[in-house]
Amino acid sequence: MSLEKLELFEVFLRSKRGLDHKHAGSLHAEDKEQALEYARDVYTRRSEGVSIWVVKSNDICASQEDDSDSFFDPSDDKPYRHATYYDIPKEVGTM
Amino acid sequence: MTSSTETVSTQDIIDYAARLGDDALVIGHRLSEWVSKAPFVEEDIALGNVALDFLGHARMYYTYAADVSNKQNGTDDITEDNFAYLRDERQFQNHLLHELHKGDFAYTTARQLLVDVYNKYFIEQLKDSNDETLAAIAVKAAKETRYHCRRSKDWTLRLGDGTSESHERMQLALNDIWGYTHELFELDELEQRLVDAGVAVDCTVLKADWLKEVTAIIEEATLTVPDQEWAVRGGRQGYHTEHLGHLLTEMQFVHRSFPGAKW
Repeated sequence: MSLEKLELFEVFLRSKRGLDHKHAGSLHAEDKEQALEYARDVYTRRSEGVSIWVVKSNDICASQEDDSDSFFDPSDDKPYRHATYYDIPKEVGTM
Repeated sequence: MTSSTETVSTQDIIDYAARLGDDALVIGHRLSEWVSKAPFVEEDIALGNVALDFLGHARMYYTYAADVSNKQNGTDDITEDNFAYLRDERQFQNHLLHELHKGDFAYTTARQLLVDVYNKYFIEQLKDSNDETLAAIAVKAAKETRYHCRRSKDWTLRLGDGTSESHERMQLALNDIWGYTHELFELDELEQRLVDAGVAVDCTVLKADWLKEVTAIIEEATLTVPDQEWAVRGGRQGYHTEHLGHLLTEMQFVHRSFPGAKW
């Protein structure tokens, strides 16, 4: 089988019930069913997970390095968006 | 062991456990030959995993055979290694299907389909053995075996219903190995004694379910179940194909050269 026919998938694992799925890595497979099996073989051999998600890498829309200025910088000078910016009146007590 | 198994000789139990260990070890070793040679890295790791599953099953069977041997002989130095590394070709009693060369990827896939589906039904029955150790081994092996079946079916469909070349290679492989499947469903005197005692699996009754399931998968994969009449048998009696000797040479070399060596 030629590698060109395989697609790239991103693998997300839930390590324990109650926790979120976290990105574990990526792998090649022919389709999503095979990707799920390979994810089991490649990423969960040492009891790393109780649940697996696989997503075609192409289906992920990601922010680009070039977008950094417009996406993230504007929040740098808006400290009032953080709770720590505000003084809490004594009467409120511990929050 | 329960009381009902005491009517059979301990040597019968040792031989039976060793046979099941031989099947698992030999096919596990064949699969391990793919490591670093599989079509792509994900499949390489998956094949290695399956090989290790079989190795794990072999260890459980051999360890049990060794324990019973020690009890029988009043010794404490017989281990799984005696069975894996210190027996020669004629003493191995695996089914011939397991020892056939690794072949191309289609050949490995076709063999694995036939073996995995067989194991699925075999292990379900072994769970009911009144030998508690064998039944416990079956419970441990069952989940892995279900996963092996899933993989084998998946690959059979991909290759059979894939390109004209993969289809042709799968059909050739099935034609080449079909004649080796018949002995999977036969009992010799040893196994008949153990079946009567409720220890061994009566593999003659597995054939109908096995044939139905592999036929369905083979046909879904647009392949044809071979209708050849020829059959090769002899594995359970220690009569092997030319392939086993080479496998043992490679597998046993280190242990025989450096007895008792530890990592």
